Amino acid sequence: MRRLALIAALLTGLGWTSGASAAIAGAVARQPVNWTAILMFGGFVAITLWITGRAAAKTRNVADFYTGGGITGFQNGLAMAGDYCSAASFLGITSQIFNDGYDGLIYAIGFLVGWPIVLFLVAEKLRNLGRFTFADVVSYRFLQGPVRSFAAVSTLLVVSFYLIAQMVGAGQLIQLLFGLPYLYAITIVGGLMMVYVLFGGMRATSWVQIIKAVMLLCGATFLVLGVMAHVGFSFEALFAQAVAVKTKMALAAGLSPGEAAAKARAIMGPGGFIKDPISALSFGFALMLGTAGLPHILMRFFTVPDAREARKSILWATVWIGYFYALTFVLGFGAIVMISFNPDYVDAAGALRGGNNMAVMHLAHAIGGNLFLGFISAVAFATILAVVAGLTLSAASAISHDIYASVLRKGRADPKQELRVSRITTILLGIAAIILGIVFQKQNVAFMVSLAFALAASGNFPVLVMSLLWKGCTTRGAAWGGGVGLLSAFGLTVLSPVIWVAVLGFATPIFPYTSPALFSVPLAFLAIWLISILDRSPRAAIDRAGYPAQRLRSETGIGIHGAAAH
Amino acid sequence: MSTSDHDGTAIEARVAADPRYAALVRDRQRFSWILTIVTVVTYSSFISLIAFDKPLMATPIGSGTTSLAVVLGFAMLVGTVAICAIYVRRANGEFDARLAAILADEAA
Repeated sequence: MRRLALIAALLTGLGWTSGASAAIAGAVARQPVNWTAILMFGGFVAITLWITGRAAAKTRNVADFYTGGGITGFQNGLAMAGDYCSAASFLGITSQIFNDGYDGLIYAIGFLVGWPIVLFLVAEKLRNLGRFTFADVVSYRFLQGPVRSFAAVSTLLVVSFYLIAQMVGAGQLIQLLFGLPYLYAITIVGGLMMVYVLFGGMRATSWVQIIKAVMLLCGATFLVLGVMAHVGFSFEALFAQAVAVKTKMALAAGLSPGEAAAKARAIMGPGGFIKDPISALSFGFALMLGTAGLPHILMRFFTVPDAREARKSILWATVWIGYFYALTFVLGFGAIVMISFNPDYVDAAGALRGGNNMAVMHLAHAIGGNLFLGFISAVAFATILAVVAGLTLSAASAISHDIYASVLRKGRADPKQELRVSRITTILLGIAAIILGIVFQKQNVAFMVSLAFALAASGNFPVLVMSLLWKGCTTRGAAWGGGVGLLSAFGLTVLSPVIWVAVLGFATPIFPYTSPALFSVPLAFLAIWLISILDRSPRAAIDRAGYPAQRLRSETGIGIHGAAAH
Repeated sequence: MSTSDHDGTAIEARVAADPRYAALVRDRQRFSWILTIVTVVTYSSFISLIAFDKPLMATPIGSGTTSLAVVLGFAMLVGTVAICAIYVRRANGEFDARLAAILADEAA
């Protein structure tokens, strides 16, 4: 793991550069083949494939495929955490803190704060109305064709951007951690994800995510204990030592003692991440409301039996995700203290060996040696697999359940046929993911995760809230208003610095802020409202008349579909 | 929370007409909106504080190294979990009990 290599695209690929400041560019150099990591990852694959085999035996119908036959709120919470905490958060946040200090925590909070919104506004209603996909919920009282088509298009868009970022990130990460060529890495990820989803459906996906979450949380906890033991279990000592290390570095760089002290102190406060308040708030709202509109997260609500367990799922998910982000913060400071002056980990110029995202990897080596480094590398790989499996399943269900069974077959599809369509879709998605991973290998995909969040926040979230909570919402309002949200979020992102300048190379952006959400979300709400109140069609009358029955069911769960087959 | 199919419509109409149902929906909705507003306002304030007053956020607590930003950041993480716990406690406790009572009475 010593070969000098400037990565960057890793962070980029995994989406941590959504803020303007964190963009890093550069090539990724392949590392020597790391057999410890590969063997440990092989163990993870063996266990998950065994689970997939068992799940496959139980996956007999569409309900099994989409919901996995039911798990508890606690298990689902862990699976949600496994679905949500990417390898990027682990490597990206810790490295960002290692370099700049505090700012990593601002990201982390943004990624956590959407969960209460999901809980308060949509969770129980979603569970009470839906069966397999969030489109079941938004189309409940509307004409199925337009609203499901909108939901399916939106799902595919969000999933595609998220998936491309994950695939490119996976290829680079695995090159880095395992020393395998990019193409191998991409094919392994695409192939395994296909096997999990194809044979094991939601049951296997859930367990892959649960096992991964447990591995990630245990590994990070062990590392934090190592860090805290090093500083005598005092946070004050941790921060004081980190500042002392940064001061020493600044002095070595030739700064005067006063300047060095000030520069070192800066790691304890917010730095360059938040420049203008509008971008900051807009990005924050995209993260917060986007979480409440991510199709692969919303789909997880249908794996639990009722609203009660759905609420517990979120509480547990929030506990684990919050805990995880708190750990990453400590790990970032731990890395400053423990690896900054070790020539094994840092070169003469103070840069991390192996690339900008390696801080936590070096820390793992410093604390637990080669074996633990192998374990953490395997965890990072498992993390990517768990995330892409969840994404694939939600895209497959959008095509088979929403487009094929509900729109094309008007709800009269043969369930066996629907299951076959989901499996064919899974294979196609796996192949598409591998191809996209190859096509985008050298591209700047930094904007893709934040774009996925912005689309989810501007398309899915407003449609979900309005269809659930506003009597006056109509088919046209939901389908077209949601479309306005998607289009405006996409258009403004293209015109913003993250694409217009960083990807297309223009000098000045037309839309000056890094995230569109602060504008596109209200615009979507406005469009849904306006189109709905102007809608005088006969269908609109049916839509409005359907509200009381939908409301009753969403509040009480009378007539709820079970998570298991029935 | 199940219903038999033969009187499915009947129980729905009876629940909808029950004044306790209207009260439950009103209370739960008010509670969830209050908590939503608390979440959004707290988070927006946190981001604005960072955007508008970075030196304040970097101020150390007492004579130590730990800064206000670190304390507030961790408070945000803990507070997010806590506000979820507050909602789940009341929704799975009081609200579900009230709903169960309505459903039991109306199903009888």
